[in-house]
Amino acid sequence: MISTNNLTKKFENLIAVNNLNLNINEGEIFGLLGPNGAGKTTTILMLTTLKLPTSGTATINGYDIVKDSDKVRKSIGIVFQDPSSDEILTGYENLKLHGWLYDMPDKLREDRIKEVLELVDLTARKDDLVKKYSGGMRRRLELARGLMHHPKVLFLDEPTLGLDPQSRDYIWSYIEKLAKEEKITIVLTTHYMDEADKLCDRLAIIDYGKIIVLGTPEELKKELGGDIIKLKANNLNIESLKRLNYIKNIAVSDGEVCLTVEDANKHVQDILSIVGKVKSTEIRSPTLDDVFIHYTGRGMRESSPEGGWAEKAMHARIKK
Amino acid sequence: MSELKGIYALWYREIKVFSRERSRIISSIVNPILWLLVIGGGLGSAVSFKGIFQEIDYQSFIYPGILVQTALFSSVFFGVYIVWDKKIDFMKEVLVSPLRRTSLFIGKVLGGSTDTLIQIVILICIGFVFISIGIMPKLTLNIISILISLIFLFVTTTALVSIGLIIGSQMESPEGFQLISSFLIFPLFFLSGALFPISNLPPWLSPFIFINPITYAVDGIRGAMIGISQFSLAFDFFVISMFAFIMILLGTYAFKKMKI
Repeated sequence: MISTNNLTKKFENLIAVNNLNLNINEGEIFGLLGPNGAGKTTTILMLTTLKLPTSGTATINGYDIVKDSDKVRKSIGIVFQDPSSDEILTGYENLKLHGWLYDMPDKLREDRIKEVLELVDLTARKDDLVKKYSGGMRRRLELARGLMHHPKVLFLDEPTLGLDPQSRDYIWSYIEKLAKEEKITIVLTTHYMDEADKLCDRLAIIDYGKIIVLGTPEELKKELGGDIIKLKANNLNIESLKRLNYIKNIAVSDGEVCLTVEDANKHVQDILSIVGKVKSTEIRSPTLDDVFIHYTGRGMRESSPEGGWAEKAMHARIKK
Repeated sequence: MSELKGIYALWYREIKVFSRERSRIISSIVNPILWLLVIGGGLGSAVSFKGIFQEIDYQSFIYPGILVQTALFSSVFFGVYIVWDKKIDFMKEVLVSPLRRTSLFIGKVLGGSTDTLIQIVILICIGFVFISIGIMPKLTLNIISILISLIFLFVTTTALVSIGLIIGSQMESPEGFQLISSFLIFPLFFLSGALFPISNLPPWLSPFIFINPITYAVDGIRGAMIGISQFSLAFDFFVISMFAFIMILLGTYAFKKMKI
């Protein structure tokens, strides 16, 4: 449904998206994950024809995003990171406006408005001005609007950013419902790992504009190669741990050690006897958070020669 | 067909928003009335047109100028709303739709022009009230003079809204917009002959007046409403039409190049 071919976007002194090659299948929920400034939003803006790529291209629904941008725009819907509805109009009026912009026949438009309002539970509030909506309701309205014209692909840019836990749960269940009922391809960006884990069929972690790893949430967690053991202690004998071949990874951060261990339940006794006295231990199966930290690594950012990427990006934006 | 519907959608939005923001309408009406009563009345008591033209009171004389002033301020400042549209992501919502950028521009121009013309119509109604209580005795408001004035003001307004949108499309902040547009609006207003006759100007001033397209809008409407004008109605109309044509072309171009 979507395929990118060396998609690249350069700004003055930084590469936001770097030769991205990605294939997204019809009907799947695909997640783009990455730290702030990793290139997620820039990728979405290029795929939705709002920014031109510096080089490379992509096709959506068979249309080229540069040459057939009109046809691409007809095939997609998008929910932006920031509010994009007019708050001095009512929810219904915002949807009507959308129907006109997409040249929907009158009858279809009205039917569809009813349907999508019901889908996001806003029928009762449709004649209220959007400025009276809560943040979650506003996001739901924009979700309804993104769906209204039957897009083949729906882009969601940080769909639950800044929402309270209850609203996030709501939005998640709507996204799952519509993936099932409307059978559309969904591309979402997020930096909430639990969100990606819950919703995505497949996901890609990107950083510095490149894909670091791609797979289903289960695959990625399995690839870490075991369970996580967290130890808290003052003086740990880490050197001796390094000799154990069932320990895949050791991450030390002040007074805390995170071990990735094959079959942790079996080996925990040995580990404890080797490291000496500990204050506490914790054994758990890996989460996407662990995957994310494993691949993007907090330490990596600071030691990287390109360090301060996010600040540079901010700076470039201000200058522009 | 699809483009027309999109243009209608954008126009509809502007009108809905305008009608809901009552403070915008009220503030846009209060200023011109102050100008008419305070500047018109105060300055009018000291100004005499003897030797230029007979028996015209100052308030009647500046009324056409005040109509153009209202169009000027309200139209150019309309451009600030596009800066707001960019600040929230509403602009992206429109840009990501299949609608062409040219249609987006036309929809915005029509929306802004309608807002302005509604204010003008209210001011014309107030003009009738002032005439009936003896202020502005020399002003002629009839179907023909009002029609000519509205046509002139519509054409002028499309040009001015275009200017506002061109500035707005290039600006990132509302404050920046205010700054740039003030630099433009005040010279256009003061150099238009809205407040003084342009027949006996000092030689250093007249070139500035005659290259200002707003001069021709004031002149045409003044000719229609009080029968005093420097140029023929046709020439005035030709100048403002060219002005509008060029600004719309530039605006279309600016919107095509607009970055988000």
